[in-house]
Amino acid sequence: MVMKTKKGAAISIATMVSPVTLWMAFFIAIPLLYVAVMSFCGTDENYNVVFRLTLENYRRLLDPSYLQIYMQSILIAFLTTAFCILLGYPFAFLIARTKSRKKALLYMLVIIPFWTNSLIRIYGWRTFLSASGMLNTLLMKLNLIDTQIDFLYNIGTTVFGMVYCLFPFMILPLYTAIEKLDINLLEASSDLGARGASTFFHIILPLTASGIFSGSIMVFIPALGYFFVADILGGGNSDVIGNLIERQFQSGNNWPLGAALSMILIGITLLLVKLYQKCGGDMESLGV
Amino acid sequence: MVRTQKRKLKKGLGVGYCALIYLFLFLPIAVIITNSFNATTSKPYMTWKGFTFDWYIKLFDNSALLDSFGNTILIAVCSTVLATCIGTLAAVGMYRYRFRGKGVIDALLYIPVVIPEIVLGIALLTLFAKTSIPRGILSLVLAHTTFSIPFVVFNIRARLTGYDNSVEEASMDLGAGKVETFFRITVPILAPAIGGGALLAFTLSIDDVIISYFTNGQTKTFPLKVMESIKSGVSPDVNALSTLILAGTTLLVILTQSNLFKRRK
Repeated sequence: MVMKTKKGAAISIATMVSPVTLWMAFFIAIPLLYVAVMSFCGTDENYNVVFRLTLENYRRLLDPSYLQIYMQSILIAFLTTAFCILLGYPFAFLIARTKSRKKALLYMLVIIPFWTNSLIRIYGWRTFLSASGMLNTLLMKLNLIDTQIDFLYNIGTTVFGMVYCLFPFMILPLYTAIEKLDINLLEASSDLGARGASTFFHIILPLTASGIFSGSIMVFIPALGYFFVADILGGGNSDVIGNLIERQFQSGNNWPLGAALSMILIGITLLLVKLYQKCGGDMESLGV
Repeated sequence: MVRTQKRKLKKGLGVGYCALIYLFLFLPIAVIITNSFNATTSKPYMTWKGFTFDWYIKLFDNSALLDSFGNTILIAVCSTVLATCIGTLAAVGMYRYRFRGKGVIDALLYIPVVIPEIVLGIALLTLFAKTSIPRGILSLVLAHTTFSIPFVVFNIRARLTGYDNSVEEASMDLGAGKVETFFRITVPILAPAIGGGALLAFTLSIDDVIISYFTNGQTKTFPLKVMESIKSGVSPDVNALSTLILAGTTLLVILTQSNLFKRRK
């Protein structure tokens, strides 16, 4: 009897879990291992990947022009995360604690823009900000400026575009953390004589820090890879690590070098996720 | 008196701030909708030349654009179905049983969630190149299924906490088999979570740019068509199609989620 249930359970486990295991092994584990191996390979004169153990790609990663882009990319990702927190926190706080009956609608309104393809929305910003675009036209009509200003193609616009693309990934975890706040704690704090700022820094901020942490992970890491934002709004003047990788797999056609560049992103991701877990971050809250 | 005034001011500031953030979120969409009515015919289609409905008619002559949209829907439907089936089985199986290697599966599921999309894109590209899986609709479906599965699993898993096993036990005590219990008890109970996961998978698929960009071969999805046209200026018929898609999805959500706007108190 015991044998039978054990055997039954084994069959159930096999039928339910083996599809996901096989799928993730074949489409996640193997390709990533292959990329790791490829980063130690070379290419022949026809740009084909040739298996020979070399550290050449890693040596090239230390090229000064690359180092400059890593720094720039990390700066862009950092600024993006900082702006998402600064702009997003008060906003998430206001919609999460509103007593209005429209709360669910306010929340939905954060998601709705993301049903329109992100590329075309970024292009919408480019149209709006360009020299002959609507913002310039508007400012000229208002007599605030008399010559067209080119807002585009610098680190600032790239950060702006990244903030725009990644904003909901900060808002959603913040919203969840703030919504869970116990109102009694805030009242107790003010009853005991704490001022607004004190309540915020000693009660609210520590209790919602988990939301800030998971939001930061979900914003910082993708910002290192969003090459199309840097392309469309940065115009090649504010490349991120993603642009370097993209070039090696498209026009540059040096896959092993691209693989080595990807290893940097994998490394940064692992490091940040470890740090996140050390700070008590829960992997589940990164889900959506 | 002063106090209520102060509170009113605070509230006003709050409302104003939220309005600014919503303006930030919706402004590019307003630009897209406006430009879909732009009568301009010269690249890069950025200056306003008057109002016209022409692009909504011309849109239906642009077969390459319509094809790309068709591909997007086809890929989204196929990958959503695959990811939902695999993900539902996985979520329930992993919740119900303890077994060796569970931690490894979990770790594999987290990878697509945290890793930059470009890394997953190039990794899948190298896999498809090495295994000679033809790059096109098939590789896109496989790639989209891969990044959707974890979101389906996590969505269902969140709902499973506090799930009552006794209903399933009752079903089996009454003589239903495991398979029958799964389809007639477990799946209906989890239907909202499964639906939510499927919706998420569908949304991720139709919006995906980066992973598709590396795994598409010659096949164009709608986002890739947009990307291709960006260099020369996105023509207003692309804006027109985007406007129609947005109108469609919004309508769908209003119809299905009408409780969002009414019942909630």
